Amino acid sequence: MSTATSSPETPTAGRTLPLTEGSLVQRLVRGAITPGGAVFILLAILFIAVVWVNPSFGEPPQLIRFIGRTAPIAIAAMGQYYVIVSGEFDLSMGAVIATQVVIAGNYIGEDEGRVLPAIALMLLIGVVVGLVNGLGTTILRVPSFIVTLGTMLALGGLVKYLTGGAATGNPVDTFREIGRGGIEDVPVLDVLPYSVIILLAVTAGSVWLMRSPFGRTLIATGDNPDAAGLAGAKVWWVKTRAFILSALSATIAGILLVGYAGVHPSVGAGYEFQAITAVVLGGVVLGGGRGWVLSAAAGAFALELLFSFLNFQEVESTWRNSVQGVIIILAVAASARAWSLGRRPPSRSTPVTPAPSPTSARPGTETGEN
Amino acid sequence: MSATTDRTPDPASTPEAATGTESRESVRRRRAARPRGAKQLDSTALIYLVLLGVVVVSAVLTAVEGRNFFSQGNVWAVLTAMSVLGLISIGQTLVILVGSLDLSVPYVVSLATVIAAGGMKGLDSNLSAAVFNTLVLCAVVGLAMGVLVSVFDVHGFIASLGVGLIVSGYLATNYQGSHGDASPALELLGRSGIAGVIPTAFIILLVAAVLVTLLLRYTRLGHHLYAIGGNREVARMSGVRTAVPVIAAHVMCSLLAGLAGLLLLSRTGVGLPTIGSQGRYDLLSIAAVVLGGTLLAGGKGSVVGTIGGVAIFAVIDNVMGVMQVNPFLKDFVRGLVIVLAVAVYARRSVVRRPPRFAGNRPSLPIPGSTTKEETA
Repeated sequence: MSTATSSPETPTAGRTLPLTEGSLVQRLVRGAITPGGAVFILLAILFIAVVWVNPSFGEPPQLIRFIGRTAPIAIAAMGQYYVIVSGEFDLSMGAVIATQVVIAGNYIGEDEGRVLPAIALMLLIGVVVGLVNGLGTTILRVPSFIVTLGTMLALGGLVKYLTGGAATGNPVDTFREIGRGGIEDVPVLDVLPYSVIILLAVTAGSVWLMRSPFGRTLIATGDNPDAAGLAGAKVWWVKTRAFILSALSATIAGILLVGYAGVHPSVGAGYEFQAITAVVLGGVVLGGGRGWVLSAAAGAFALELLFSFLNFQEVESTWRNSVQGVIIILAVAASARAWSLGRRPPSRSTPVTPAPSPTSARPGTETGEN
Repeated sequence: MSATTDRTPDPASTPEAATGTESRESVRRRRAARPRGAKQLDSTALIYLVLLGVVVVSAVLTAVEGRNFFSQGNVWAVLTAMSVLGLISIGQTLVILVGSLDLSVPYVVSLATVIAAGGMKGLDSNLSAAVFNTLVLCAVVGLAMGVLVSVFDVHGFIASLGVGLIVSGYLATNYQGSHGDASPALELLGRSGIAGVIPTAFIILLVAAVLVTLLLRYTRLGHHLYAIGGNREVARMSGVRTAVPVIAAHVMCSLLAGLAGLLLLSRTGVGLPTIGSQGRYDLLSIAAVVLGGTLLAGGKGSVVGTIGGVAIFAVIDNVMGVMQVNPFLKDFVRGLVIVLAVAVYARRSVVRRPPRFAGNRPSLPIPGSTTKEETA
């Protein structure tokens, strides 16, 4: 990369970035062959396969319910995305979900007036957990794998100790409606689950966030923390915010899961690896710096579609793990190739397009001059 | 380490050593640094110091409960508890040193107990064949992971998670509940020991630790493991075939996990398809390795430190068992210990880096960084 920009006859200098060249169709095609885009193709193929096996799955009411069911894992995957793209791991997600679910069950109880304070409390706990993870990783310099493993063990153990490992408490139905209910009598869809609305809101927020300076800095930090730090980014605070966002996503997933799964300290078990799998399936590179937030959500949907497909094919549910294992290995092996191809300069297309004269003015392309 | 810190300032100071005050200043600084360096303990020594502290506290707590921590039975229990996690952690050390990670160990352990118990069928005559088959199978699992990591460039986290999931699916589909029966000779091995204090399992752990330490210190493979863990590209450009050590580390890790499974089998007597995931050996072994001073990114660490980390876990678990702490609260304590211990440790290892890497520390919260950001 650095050699390409320093050589005098850089073909791309003075023009826009290669990624923003060409018509919309060209850009879409180019995007689809990156791992982050390929997951959408995978999603489409899986969707067609599931509908082929079970035609009723494609009907809007069924489909919207599936999306509602998948919303918690998709939201968790987007939360995990922030942490992974900044080059870290968050293993505490499942424990955070379990904590929130148990808090909801025991604090709210049958008191409807406590719903809003409970949500505020849960969000606060999410922020605190994220802060602990983030500061432990950045200020104390403990590898995030270990910090979040520690919070996972500590939080999970505490929750199981307080509940005795059994289901306790039952939040009032209005709270469970957030995950379970929806707006009735919608024209085509029959019912619009609240979880879908929340998912859409979170997705929109994530896209906006990743286009904001924070998102750009986050990706830069994941790619090369030293370079980002030298460029003036506060690496510790950027990473800490990523951890807070991850814990908040886990909190939202927990709120939704209360409606589906009820109150049990094992509700969130395995969610962290599920979310990491989804993120990796979405073509996001472990180690940071590469990937798109929507691909992470798409990875979660692809994973759930795959499980639905296996269910419809009446594959024993015990093989689910094995299939998941094969899929993530294949996805990562394929994307390792694809990213390395994508990193190379477009050697074939450059001789065709007339390169601008190297002596011409290149406004705005060289940051050192303005 | 001390040699490099002493040597590196010299070439830097010689070009500008024209003024005597400059060199005297640097000499004084070096002298001031040296006693601090001498006082700063070696990382492994620190771990064993922590272990000593943990043992003392545990002995006091056990005495409060009216029992003796150093009684024959208790020492036996601690050493037995160390042996399984210890073997797995030695393998994990190798994998982490080379810059990878192995999350599949619990499933390999379970697989080993099930396959070995199924092969033995309670007969001594089947023992050697069953052990051989089990270890070969484990080696094949490790080989698959090693090839994925080294040849197909799959991140070790994903490769081992994926392989672990595949194995767990196989176990869940084909084995429900306990399976097979261990041979009497193996069960006898699980109960035998020296003088009723040191179990045979612990001796196996020590032998494995010594062998792996020798491998890391005195063989080409061992040195290549460190080199690749430090920087794979640099190692490759220096003429190291990077695939072989990575594969070897993964194979050895799975073999040691299989051996740990056999030790577990010698105690349980039957193969259990969930024994590994219940023990959470994946995360605990990684925690033990990091606690033992090995860098999670690879390239620095030792087996001796890992054994110290495992011992800390075993002692804490033991004392919590004596005090009859709620099993769920144990996890809470474990989590706290991991974070606190590694927090103390991780800061040190950053400080102890050679000076040429010490210059760029942009992720530290520099007070002036806000103004820098505004001007940029």
